[in-house]
Amino acid sequence: MKIENKAIETFDFSVKYPNGVLGCDSISMPFAANEVTAIIGPSGCGKSTFLKGMNRLSDEFNCTYQGSVIMKNGTDVMNLDPYELCLLRGNKIGYVMQKPVPFSGKTILQDVSMPLRANMEPDGGNVYDKVKSALEKAALWDEVHDRLNDLSTSLSGGQQQRLCIARAIINAPEILLLDEPCSSLDPKSTQLVENLILELASDHTIMIVTHNMQQAQRVAQRTAFFYEGKLIEYDFTNAIFNNPSDELTGDYIVGKFS
Amino acid sequence: MRDYRKGYELAFKIITNATALLVVAIVFFILSIVTIKGFDHLSWEFITAEPTGDMLHGGIWPMIKGTVMLVMMMSILTVPLGTVIAIYLNEVSRKNWFYNIIMSAIRTLAAVPSIVYGLFGFAFFVNIVGGTLDWMIGYEDRVFQERCLLWAAFTMGALTLPTNVISVTEALKLVPNEQRHAGMCLGYTRWEVIKWIVFPQAISGILTGLVLSISRGAGEVAPILFVGVAYFIPHFSGAPLDQFMELGYHIFVMATQSPNVDKAAPVLYATTFVLLVLTFTFNAIGQIVRWIHRRKMSR
Repeated sequence: MKIENKAIETFDFSVKYPNGVLGCDSISMPFAANEVTAIIGPSGCGKSTFLKGMNRLSDEFNCTYQGSVIMKNGTDVMNLDPYELCLLRGNKIGYVMQKPVPFSGKTILQDVSMPLRANMEPDGGNVYDKVKSALEKAALWDEVHDRLNDLSTSLSGGQQQRLCIARAIINAPEILLLDEPCSSLDPKSTQLVENLILELASDHTIMIVTHNMQQAQRVAQRTAFFYEGKLIEYDFTNAIFNNPSDELTGDYIVGKFS
Repeated sequence: MRDYRKGYELAFKIITNATALLVVAIVFFILSIVTIKGFDHLSWEFITAEPTGDMLHGGIWPMIKGTVMLVMMMSILTVPLGTVIAIYLNEVSRKNWFYNIIMSAIRTLAAVPSIVYGLFGFAFFVNIVGGTLDWMIGYEDRVFQERCLLWAAFTMGALTLPTNVISVTEALKLVPNEQRHAGMCLGYTRWEVIKWIVFPQAISGILTGLVLSISRGAGEVAPILFVGVAYFIPHFSGAPLDQFMELGYHIFVMATQSPNVDKAAPVLYATTFVLLVLTFTFNAIGQIVRWIHRRKMSR
């Protein structure tokens, strides 16, 4: 698929687990800037592995990589040393996990401001303003502005996930990776997060892994279908869902397998 | 069939409740005996005075001082080292064969009888380390190659280190990996993840380990038999290179060496009471700090 304004692109990108299993295999995919791209596919098809590989969170699982992930400025994520990788994760690529992960024992204010610590921001000054701005963008400010000193774990599941999104965007990363962000949420919270994704797309390039095909249709301009670690089809969302060019994609979309 | 199930359930409740009550009863029984038999002998003078030659009169101040100093020195040596080792094992090292060897070595060390540590302490710390220090510094007389508080603290440290490492490792393991990964995703270095995310959450468990090892150190006698504890030194200076008296050893001495059993008994029980109070105080401090921390984490 040809894309003019790319935020990030993978070239023959493979992630291999220590047991020799290829999580994703030779994926070449450009991602359009300021758009939402959904990655769909059955369980175990490598969508989350691909996403974790892009910010090298898979390092934590002792995975090895082949190919490259090239940022807009030409940086290859795979060639970064550990410190450069920290800077990249802190400033360029935000990541939101499947289950909300608020930090135990931290207040809402402390939790959302955690990424600022990594950037050596002093405690005080404009921290409050940055937290406020991030919570507003995450559509959470109205619900928590009068309880910023409550523990972040005291929030509901949906609020916790929006808090994690606020935390991920506080340093205004160019790219936001969302790994099934609504899988543990109720329909109302899911709707809130989806609206949020659509709003954030104007400032961020978003990649969302999802099992929910309706969700992909609602939020994503482009969709990629993965199967057994390989990229089967990548196109505009409408094209993928209305006129898939690959038989496997069509079978998955009509629910022949999941 | 239903009647059987009801019976099993009742038996289960009775057995578990009785077991719990048994534990409380044992603690209550020990405390009662020690308090009843030793309380009359307790006085301000008994706590603060030095013992007389037969140790049936005077007080136990040098033993209290020796015990507290031993436990403090042991903790200063063990706690930071044990914590760093546990952090390495749980947060830094890869979970490969080398990790398994280190962990099984630590578990084996934790199970070594304490008297063996005493012999090790004498052979290694007193003779090898102390002797080497004397030789390097050029002392003609033995200065470091003597039994003393310092080597007793090192020996006790060696004894409690494996327990400490295991308990801190277990405390670190209780922090979910998602918390670490979330920290990594925010751009934290490994050290920042440990400092800002893992450690604050694990501190409660780490303190439990600290309390356990301190309590064990305060109660052990066997490891220090050969490396520093003395039968009778009423004027203990508190210097690390001096021999010292210790409460546990004093109890052993009073129970086995005193010719006048009737006169020794009150001293024995009163000393035991003081040792228990000291151990419980160490425990209580640790538990209060843990309680404060838990409240902070779940407020």
